[in-house]
Amino acid sequence: MSELTSAAVPPAGPGDHRRGDGPELIVYADLGCPHCASAWVEICGREATIVFRHFPVASKHPRSPALHAAAEAAGSQGRFFEMVDSLYRDRGHVDDPHLWQRAERLDLDLDRFEFDRRSGAVATRVRRDFESGIRAGVTGTPAVFSLGVPEVDHP
Amino acid sequence: MIAAGQPAPDFTLRNQDGEKVSLSDFRGKKVLLVFYPLDFSPVCSDQLSVYQEVKPEIEAKGVTMIGISVDSGFAHKAFQEKLGLDTQLLADFEPKGEVARAYGAYIEKVGHANRSLVLIDEEGTVEWVHESPTPLEIPGANLIFDALSSSQAH
Repeated sequence: MSELTSAAVPPAGPGDHRRGDGPELIVYADLGCPHCASAWVEICGREATIVFRHFPVASKHPRSPALHAAAEAAGSQGRFFEMVDSLYRDRGHVDDPHLWQRAERLDLDLDRFEFDRRSGAVATRVRRDFESGIRAGVTGTPAVFSLGVPEVDHP
Repeated sequence: MIAAGQPAPDFTLRNQDGEKVSLSDFRGKKVLLVFYPLDFSPVCSDQLSVYQEVKPEIEAKGVTMIGISVDSGFAHKAFQEKLGLDTQLLADFEPKGEVARAYGAYIEKVGHANRSLVLIDEEGTVEWVHESPTPLEIPGANLIFDALSSSQAH
């Protein structure tokens, strides 16, 4: 079990999901969270490189682990942000058949998507982000860090 | 607020299922008391949900986490179900806020506790406390692990 004592937000690295140009904004977000869905549009409208970090709060949003795993599995086929955008745009369709439909619309290899989203590697990857958020003191989503400093703790 | 080194005031309160729970029941184990303002306030929901996500790691350090607010057991039950919590919640309901007062966590003018964390050791002595500057500020779970890691180093 990992140590969860305080630690600064890890700087963006090659293992992170990044999109855009400009100064980096590190965003800890929950794909099952309505606040994140509304903030996502605003965040993506900024002239910044968005660094997405997984912060699923499963007790509050029981489907979040599945949604984060689906985004990560889409990411292994190069469509991470497309899946994130899709999940935030339509929060009403998040059961497995809906995830398959989304994967199809993104032209993903479905068998591979199914395998990946249930894999231990994907769960470990999601948990790694979550734990870095806990260590940085994230207590609500979305939590946005600019230059390592919390920008908006909670809207 | 109570300070580290002081004996933790014992109490008996009912939990979300109406069962009586005393601090002394946990003698021999570490206890983390999480005083929070109110069930269903958006900020409290985030706090307890995030702590729930790291509850296995807290328990792995031999600590039982318990939430306390002035709400009734019935409200606690509904709150627990809404958030998917299995953390025990105690009702500091009558006399209202008595336990929070005993720990110095009660805010008279608003009628509920401040967001305060109290770590109690195996012998019932307060080992660490954290009081939020305001009830709107949630103490990160990292602070709990910092406290546990320094307590293990002693």
